[in-house]
Amino acid sequence: MSVWIDIGALEDVPLRGARMIKTPMGCVAVFRTSENEVFALDNACPHKAGPLAEGIVHGKSVTCPLHNWVISLETGEAQGADEGRVATYQARVENERILLDRAFLRARVAA
Amino acid sequence: MTKKLIVIGAGMASGRALEHLFDAGGDYDVTLFNAEPRGNYNRIMLSPVLAGDQTYEEIVTHDDAWYAEHNVTCRFGEAITRIDRDKKTVTAANGDVLPYDKLLFGTGSNPFIIPLPGHDLEGVIAYRDLDDTERMMAMGPDNKVVVIGGGLLGLEAAAGMAARGADVTVVHIMGHLMERQLDEAAGYLLRKALVDKGITVLCQANSKEIVGDNGHVKALILDDGTALPCDLLVMAVGIRPNVALAQDAGLAVGKGIHVDDQMLTSDEHVLAVGECVEHDGAVFGLVAPLYDQAKVVAKTLMGEQGAFIQKELSTKLKVTGCDLFSAGDFADGDGREDIVFRDPARGVYRRLVIKNNVVIGAVMYGDTTDSNWFFGLIKDKADISDMRDTLIFGPAYQGGTPLDPLAAVAALPPEAEICGCNGICKGDIEEAITAGATDLGAIKATTKASASCGTCTGLVEQVLAVTLGDDFTVPTTQSICGCTDMTHEDVRRMIKSQKLTSMAAVWQECGWKTSCGCHVCRPALNFYLLADWPLEYQDDPQSRFINERKHANIQKDGTFSVVPRMWGGITTPNELRAIADAADKYMVPTVKVTGGQRIDLLGVKSEDLPDIWADLNAAGMVSGHAYSKGLRTVKTCVGTDHCRFGTQDSTGLGIKLEKELWGSWTPHKLKLAVSGCPRNCAEATCKDIGVVCVDSGFQVSIGGAAGMDVKETELLVQIPTEEEAVLVIKAVTQLYRENARYLDRIYKWMGKVGLDWIRERIVEDLDERAELVARFELSQSIYRKDPWAEHANTKADRYRPLANLALEAAE
Ligand code: SRM
Ligand SMILES: Cc1cc2nc3c(=O)[nH]c(=O)nc-3n(C[C@H](O)[C@H](O)[C@H](O)COP(=O)(O)OP(=O)(O)OC[C@H]3O[C@@H](n4cnc5c(N)ncnc54)[C@H](O)[C@@H]3O)c2cc1C
Ligand code: SF4
Ligand code: FES
Repeated sequence: MSVWIDIGALEDVPLRGARMIKTPMGCVAVFRTSENEVFALDNACPHKAGPLAEGIVHGKSVTCPLHNWVISLETGEAQGADEGRVATYQARVENERILLDRAFLRARVAA
Repeated sequence: MTKKLIVIGAGMASGRALEHLFDAGGDYDVTLFNAEPRGNYNRIMLSPVLAGDQTYEEIVTHDDAWYAEHNVTCRFGEAITRIDRDKKTVTAANGDVLPYDKLLFGTGSNPFIIPLPGHDLEGVIAYRDLDDTERMMAMGPDNKVVVIGGGLLGLEAAAGMAARGADVTVVHIMGHLMERQLDEAAGYLLRKALVDKGITVLCQANSKEIVGDNGHVKALILDDGTALPCDLLVMAVGIRPNVALAQDAGLAVGKGIHVDDQMLTSDEHVLAVGECVEHDGAVFGLVAPLYDQAKVVAKTLMGEQGAFIQKELSTKLKVTGCDLFSAGDFADGDGREDIVFRDPARGVYRRLVIKNNVVIGAVMYGDTTDSNWFFGLIKDKADISDMRDTLIFGPAYQGGTPLDPLAAVAALPPEAEICGCNGICKGDIEEAITAGATDLGAIKATTKASASCGTCTGLVEQVLAVTLGDDFTVPTTQSICGCTDMTHEDVRRMIKSQKLTSMAAVWQECGWKTSCGCHVCRPALNFYLLADWPLEYQDDPQSRFINERKHANIQKDGTFSVVPRMWGGITTPNELRAIADAADKYMVPTVKVTGGQRIDLLGVKSEDLPDIWADLNAAGMVSGHAYSKGLRTVKTCVGTDHCRFGTQDSTGLGIKLEKELWGSWTPHKLKLAVSGCPRNCAEATCKDIGVVCVDSGFQVSIGGAAGMDVKETELLVQIPTEEEAVLVIKAVTQLYRENARYLDRIYKWMGKVGLDWIRERIVEDLDERAELVARFELSQSIYRKDPWAEHANTKADRYRPLANLALEAAE
């Protein structure tokens, strides 16, 4: 069963933007799309660990700020010719608050 | 009762006006005066007469029988010398005084004669009437002729006389022939054709004096001392409306005789028509509008309602023996784009100027078979969006349905030039394909085609498609990115013309194919919107690359660098102390002097940025925008303050410029430098805009670069005062912001529009300069501010993690 942790208000993440959260195991990027969906991914590009939270968000993708790889927010997979994948975590919005599945902390420990 | 109409001048316009008047049954007793000893003839056809293709008799438009039939009293060879408007009489050259009820001016133009020493010598003529033509017809193989003026008339004169065997030299002051109708490339083709006819062509040649022998012209001397011997010297350098008589008569006169829509002058009994008039600020030099005026003259004389409306001017030009066509409007301008086609092997050149999907101008050289079709498109203002891709190839390629542009490309010969920048022909590309290049990138790498300005990318891809067949699908390129089919230029035009002031408006009105763009188009759109609508548009940080969003340069490890401004490279002990303190406090791993005369603090953590900025702000420092597509630095040298060679206060000017320009966003980064003398220690001549101080003022040059391409600047203007230099630089910055494509540095933009185009707007047109400066200031009223202070005060949270779960126990 999922245990959801409240990590902040939706409005604290800019529309078509991202914020970073610190965890014991490293940084996670939380994205907000035009449609007000939220996604959580490891904040490290599969290419050279670029900080994805600093990228440009478009549709359900983010473009890495270092060398422009485009990463799917849904799958964590690099798009186009590039190959690689970053870990994704369950995230949702409830009452204008962003919730992450607490399980991801465990998952990270296990990983 | 029959009224008396006196007509002054039997020219093309007045002749046409009389025709309309008589056709309408006008009850007038007409007396027609003409200074030329002949009646109305078709002046345009003098060139074929000169070339021997027609005779004078063939170009007469109204003969004795016509005048007799309409009871026109002809007084040819007689000029009117005086008008008494109170008594309503005219005086002829022989002293006759004649009364009139209505008077019509049709005095045409006078050719302009450059007042060079010796211009009044026998044998110095213009090209305007039959007498001039006959003088030229007398020139044969034993004669040398000089023609001053490489415009239409001069070249017709030259070609006509060359056809008669004369040894002809054309002296033209500009860099290429017919510069008002043709660009350099077409001018070059034309010159080649004239040279083939045995004509000598001297461009950029300045005439200094005409020397004579016994009162007769002997030679033209140029600025550089060259003497060009001649038996006849033809000046074809322009015309001026012939207004002297009207002026003496006290009529309102500007450039021409002022007329209203009814072709009435400031005296209700006096009309004017033709090249002698000025209507609504315009004067005329081609027959089409004169014929419209002639209709209105007849109506007004008949007491009917008529109004002259200026239409878009279009005409065909003809230089004897050269296949040349030019119609409409060519000046570069906002929202105009060119389609150019060249086939060097056949000497064919075509250029269309398009605005809002309508052809507004066309130049064709070498093959003018389709000129009428293009002329029709111009006149009808036809929407060409459906045939844009094939338009340049002419009507044969246009069907009822949009035709396959590939058919047109397939039909091109191997010598047809595809990439103008690098001179790559279709055959070169085909060879590269055969050798294994199967996509655009490979073609760029092996042939350089489309590797420069990129405008031929579409054509290159079409050649790929034609050659490879199904193995290649033409991507929808040339567009900004996959989100749209539109080019940067299309979108900029839409933003301006449709007043699109938000990103969403652009997506909607331009039919974006994605919901909210991508990392390629959004930064471009954000720039275009804020450049065109500084007041209306809200800058969108989410559409900016991280560096501009966070006002710091991201490093490979995700940390940032911080570069405070040092105005003109000048700093103080206090600033240096504050920088040193900040470096200690935030444990900055590297402190480096940049190539831009300031200090870089590298390796600052995102969450520390607002605090380090606040500390630097407290010491009076602001963002150096080292991250922006905007003003970077203004490098300076020490100048008159210390240097024994300094001619002006280069440091002071640099600081001034940096303070005026900082914060402004531009298509790409903008770097300036000011050197105090031509030793150029600030390296001003490899900056986007450089100033080199000299004793007499400031040399402002633009288009330098020292990055991936190394370019030397080109001189825009030398200007006496510092104040003017600042204005010129603001204006050129604004022109660049308003017109360039996103991510084009000035030199790239200049490569597309040309330095002359920029100079016309900034140096020659002072009104335009002032307007550009005003728009620049308007924009700076929003953007000339320190983003660091703002972010440190109001957005510091955004630089820190949203949440810190690091302390959360992991189970
Ligand atoms: C810091 C500095 C190097 C140094 O240590 O001296 C520097 C550092 C960078 N330059 Fe530069 N350039 C620096 C002076 C220059 C100069 C020299 C100058 O300005 O006099 C040039 C050549 C002159 C020119 O621009 O024509 C220069 C030509 C480039 C280019 C090539 C631009 C081009 O159009 O060809 C790039 C790439 C780009 O902008 O797309 C670039 C890009 C970069 C970036 C922003 C690369 C990036 O995208 O991350 C580097 C950021 C480092 C950082 O984090 O701070 N840098 N760069 C210099 C900062 C000057 C300043 O005070 O603002
Ligand atoms: C060689 C040549 C080629 C050209 N080719 C083209 C072309 O291809 N296409 C095009 O559209 N245009 C062309 N033009 C321009 C065109 O010919 C003129 O626009 C047109 O002739 C002007 O007509 P107008 O009636 O206003 O003046 P004009 O035709 O010049 O007639 C004015 C007449 O008034 C007479 N006059 C002046 N003052 C007095 C006075 N005080 N008393 C009595 N008479 C007076 C003059 O002697 C003259 O005969 C060409 C011109 C030249 C010279
Ligand atoms: S030259 Fe400029 S862009 Fe290249 S590594 Fe050095 S600082 Fe970076
Ligand atoms: S690190 Fe993300 S693209 Fe290179």
